[in-house]
Amino acid sequence: MPLRLVDRTKPLPWGGFFVATISLAAALAVCALLLTWQGKPGLHGVWLLVDGGFLHGYALEDAVRKAIPIFLCSLGVALCFRMKLWNIGAEGQFALGAVGATAVALRFGHWPAWAVLPCMCLAGAAAGALWALGPALLKRRLGVNEIITTLMANYIGVLVLQYLVYGAWKDPVSFGFPMTELFSDAAQVGLLPGSRIHYGLLYCVAAGLGFWWWISRTRLGFELVVSGENSRAARFAHMPYGMLICLAMGGCGALAGVAGFLEASASVHRLQPSIMVGYGFTAVVVAWLGRLRVPAIAAFSFLLAGFRVGVENLQIELQAPAAMAGVLEGTILMAVLSGQLLNHRRLVWISRRTTP
Amino acid sequence: MTPDMVDMLAMLTPLLAAAIQSGAPLLFATVGEIITERSGTLNLGVEGMMLCGALAAFVVSLGTGSPWLGALAGCAAGALLAVLHGLATLTCGGNQVVSGLALTILGVGLADTLGAGHIGQVAPGFDPVAIPVLSSIPVLGPALFTQDALVYLSFGTPLAVWVLLFRTRWGLHLQAAGENPAAARAAGVSPLRWRWIGILAGGALCGLGGAYLSLSATHLWTTNLTAGRGWIAVALVIFCAWRPQRAMLGAYLFGGVMALQLRLQAMGAALPSSLLLMMPYAMTVLALVAFSRAKSRAAGRNLPPAALGVPLAGPQGGEGR
Repeated sequence: MPLRLVDRTKPLPWGGFFVATISLAAALAVCALLLTWQGKPGLHGVWLLVDGGFLHGYALEDAVRKAIPIFLCSLGVALCFRMKLWNIGAEGQFALGAVGATAVALRFGHWPAWAVLPCMCLAGAAAGALWALGPALLKRRLGVNEIITTLMANYIGVLVLQYLVYGAWKDPVSFGFPMTELFSDAAQVGLLPGSRIHYGLLYCVAAGLGFWWWISRTRLGFELVVSGENSRAARFAHMPYGMLICLAMGGCGALAGVAGFLEASASVHRLQPSIMVGYGFTAVVVAWLGRLRVPAIAAFSFLLAGFRVGVENLQIELQAPAAMAGVLEGTILMAVLSGQLLNHRRLVWISRRTTP
Repeated sequence: MTPDMVDMLAMLTPLLAAAIQSGAPLLFATVGEIITERSGTLNLGVEGMMLCGALAAFVVSLGTGSPWLGALAGCAAGALLAVLHGLATLTCGGNQVVSGLALTILGVGLADTLGAGHIGQVAPGFDPVAIPVLSSIPVLGPALFTQDALVYLSFGTPLAVWVLLFRTRWGLHLQAAGENPAAARAAGVSPLRWRWIGILAGGALCGLGGAYLSLSATHLWTTNLTAGRGWIAVALVIFCAWRPQRAMLGAYLFGGVMALQLRLQAMGAALPSSLLLMMPYAMTVLALVAFSRAKSRAAGRNLPPAALGVPLAGPQGGEGR
């Protein structure tokens, strides 16, 4: 074949930006095709998606609200991915975080806000971290594949949540709906003044700064990055590899747990099965796209959250199914992954005469 | 026989039949993933390929009235999605874990998007056919030989794949691509070609597993029909140590747990349904733990293919072609 792939000596300048743009365009094109296939106006649909997700103040607030849990979960997932730990379990850790926070809210809801909210946050973080430590210990002690165990823990975690809201925690006056009673005012995280965005945004800023500081300014953070690059070298250098596994997984669980706490306390004000909308899976996409760079993780969280809002707009305007968000996320991830080829290689046309 | 034993046997037959039915889609998908992993590629997109296979099978069967064409379409849809994995990992050298995850997210999204209009519709599917003579064997007969065509196909698939993998030259070539691509290349076998074959064959079988769900297990379409079965299949591959003959044991064991959970629920067991629903997932984790202990004892016999997940263009894989 006269077309050959040749290694680039230097990565394509602006390659990452280029690939991301093409991937976005590809995802929107797939979306338009699907809509057209279903007899709906494709291009108009893409406009509705972008317009409904990003171009109004109301939509932007919604996008930020959805970006908060995605950002927290994907910070954690990024930690694990950096160590080449394929933790897919943020969804279950999010569920357990919501369960932990709710346990406190239901029991100690009469406490003042300054007492009950930190306890809820801690309980959420602890529950999420414990849920993640199971797979971490299995991986460390027995070498059990963490992809499978974290995934199964997702299914089990969601069922734990359902077990509680269908059973012991069900609100007696909910007319049979599976939900807990409304949290007391003290147990609800409030809204930033003059907006529909809750204080969870500040948690994100703190978590983002803390994450950046820990990765780039502490010894353990450095060791985590090194172990991800080369686990053999890390072991030879007597880095605490096993402990780092638990730390990365536990950290991810704690962050996802806080996200679950915020979602239950600030967005829904109670625990109900519908808080599980797949933020933990979106976080996996975001974490891989953003790597360990906090600004990139924040940007991709916002982008994919915006798409989720846009898909909701599509649902209302064109009766398009909600699963469209999955198509967008899957296509972007697949396209960026494949597109990295362009970063390191280029296509050249070799005429037959010059080839040996 | 005491009346108690007769009662127990009467219970056993339907449970066994149900285990075989719930196990069949797992069996197709597990054997498919074994082929893919034996050729050196990890494809975590099983869940997505199964769900797309299920939808394609359903839609084609609905349109043509032929479940057989539907099953073929299921295979084709699974293989088509697998092409994406091949392009991302083999052609573009992308990370196999990430590509597989992307494939699952994409496949589930695609199937649930395109299938939204078909929810609740009923398509012509496969119905049980009793095999004369064999089906009259007591206890086992009704369970094993009063099933539908896809279940009979699922009996043959692991055996056929075992023969292909371990008793033919093709199987040797495919395994060479997964064990030592450089040596394969030196022997004049193209690892790239065999990895493509492994990915496509695996995708087709996963699609068939999905087709079973929409054409045999139910004859209708609902969202998220697979409900994590694809991931259980990925775990089963480890559980059965990359051996198709052992996949039968694993798939029926898990099928049995799934069937038992449904049965206990139907019988109005005192346990809440969410606890029963946890059983297959908890079993998967327990099985992996038990297996990892067994593995440390019998090290070396149950190891994955040596070059599983190693890209062909990397340092261990040598030059791409």
